[in-house]
Amino acid sequence: MTLITYRDAVRDALREEMHRDPRVFIMGEEVGVWGGSYAVTQNMLREFGDKRVRDTPIAEGIIVGAGIGAAMGGLRPVCELMTVNFGLLASDMLINHAAKLHYMFAGQVKVPLVVRAVGGSGRQLAATHSQSLEVLFAYIPGLKVVMPATPYDAKGLLKAAIRDDDPVLYIEHSLLYPIKGEVPTGDYLVPIGASDIKREGKDVTIIAWSRMVHVALQAAEILGREGISAEVVDLRTLRPLDMEPVIRSFMKTNHAIVVEEDWRTFGIGAEVAVQIYEQAFGYLDAPIVRCAGAEVPMPYAKNLEALAVPTAGDVVRAAKELIG
Amino acid sequence: MDLNQDRLVSMYRQMVLIRRFEERAADFYREGKIGGFLHLYIGEEAVGVGAIAALEPQDYIVTHYRDHGHALARGLDPKRLMAELLGRATGVSGGKGGSMHLADVSKGFWGGYGIVGGHIALAVGLALSAQYLDENRVVLCIFGEGSTNIGYFHEALNLASLWKLPVVFLCENNLYGMGTAVERASAVPSVAAKACAYNIPATRIDGMNISTVYEAAALAVAHVRSGQGPYLIEAMCYRFPGHSMGDPERYRSKDEVDRYREQDPILMLGKQLESQGILDEGGLEQIDHDVSKVIEAVAVFADQSHAPAPEALHEHVYAHPLNHREGAA
Repeated sequence: MTLITYRDAVRDALREEMHRDPRVFIMGEEVGVWGGSYAVTQNMLREFGDKRVRDTPIAEGIIVGAGIGAAMGGLRPVCELMTVNFGLLASDMLINHAAKLHYMFAGQVKVPLVVRAVGGSGRQLAATHSQSLEVLFAYIPGLKVVMPATPYDAKGLLKAAIRDDDPVLYIEHSLLYPIKGEVPTGDYLVPIGASDIKREGKDVTIIAWSRMVHVALQAAEILGREGISAEVVDLRTLRPLDMEPVIRSFMKTNHAIVVEEDWRTFGIGAEVAVQIYEQAFGYLDAPIVRCAGAEVPMPYAKNLEALAVPTAGDVVRAAKELIG
Repeated sequence: MDLNQDRLVSMYRQMVLIRRFEERAADFYREGKIGGFLHLYIGEEAVGVGAIAALEPQDYIVTHYRDHGHALARGLDPKRLMAELLGRATGVSGGKGGSMHLADVSKGFWGGYGIVGGHIALAVGLALSAQYLDENRVVLCIFGEGSTNIGYFHEALNLASLWKLPVVFLCENNLYGMGTAVERASAVPSVAAKACAYNIPATRIDGMNISTVYEAAALAVAHVRSGQGPYLIEAMCYRFPGHSMGDPERYRSKDEVDRYREQDPILMLGKQLESQGILDEGGLEQIDHDVSKVIEAVAVFADQSHAPAPEALHEHVYAHPLNHREGAA
């Protein structure tokens, strides 16, 4: 095992997959000369050359469109969109094209495409650069959506995404890039569509993904000191959604809190909660709680931005009310 | 790049096949056996047949939703095409695509697409794969003039030119995007003129004359295959029926349609074959007769084919079935 950052984990996954398979290449805004707007693809142009590390115009429709076409033609493109907000300009490509082609042509066409984008808030980038839009894409049959929270998952899930025969939207979180974690030295994959218990507990199940996993873990730590044992489930993949560990945990704890950076109404938490109601109604001791983002466009001011996102304190309060 | 006699006769036969196929499809539509939209290519056959004749078997085609003619010109099985229109399991897309989404990847026919302009971006990506893998393929991307005001068109031409990708952009300018005349929709009504913004050589041709189309396409394909980057052809043409079945056609006069019908590409090529002594009237009639028999068999096959099995509903959402831990709900 080695201790590396989330950023290095993403880069290592890209590099290892590109060394493994000549069909894998990167295209996107500032991936080459600049080295990635979040420095993920630093030095990769020098290592792989401009055939495999391709700077593109700022034109998300064609970045993803050309990625889909290249994937249809037998390549394994990894398209980078800087942020998921810009993914809206490519949403027709993802939703009307990537997600549909295998089905619409009865299996004749495969789209082994990965689209990387940064989601979430926390860097004072205001309303148009701070959104958590995963639910828009997780809604779509035919797409896969993964959102790793740790370096281990970031590397293993990206490698799995690149080897997957379906289009995968891989959403990173910019606040996670510097965090460090243990990663095996050799090749390994984290399966797409498998949730993961990040901390075991018996009193309450806290469900989260991406950066909110860390908020949940922080809350669990505080709760533990106060005698409440929290289990943290990291969804890791939003579609296909793996509810099995969530349900198993809930049957033990009989209490659930979903912590989500996205908006409450119609958010991922709503889906998770209703699946718990459907599959484990008899185990319910109290209504499921959602700690979610404030339903506002993200403000710029530091204090307001902080108010718009769930904190460990919010989760601790919610847990105490729930258990209390 | 002159067309030999056999090739001309074969093109004539293909145009007649497309015409009769679509006339039969229109009948099926009126009988309620074809659902959704049905966009006929009648009047524009010379463009697809002439351009596709300039391709090699390894080349790719990506096209828009008015795609029956292109599929037939590429040699897709007419029986399986008609079955697709009827939503049957034997259809080229298993009955899941319908009229707008015909594909047969084994023939390099990557599909008709229903989102106007979207497929232009995919075509550029297919061209990127061909270039990357050094496959000596040309991608023929067919679209209407109505899609040249959409961002995709501009993003795609820009990238194709920047990276010198092997694409022939073929615009079928039939003068109307649904019912909106090109002059009412495009500040620059010439699509060929737009290509210069991306440093792409372009030509505007008479798309009702199949020899003109073939010659222009052959030049464009040779240019693109030689590695010089994309080429754009704007083929001026006209669709005789409405945009789709049930179009009230308030946007054009009957006189206008009649004027263009005089340039019917099938009539024009028939006259040429006669005047050059390649076929006489009897020879032309024989082709029509033979094609009509083919279409009868096509219609019977499609009509007698089964609808997809209910299990097909959940097939092909993903490339591999999800395991029990995935998407169980």
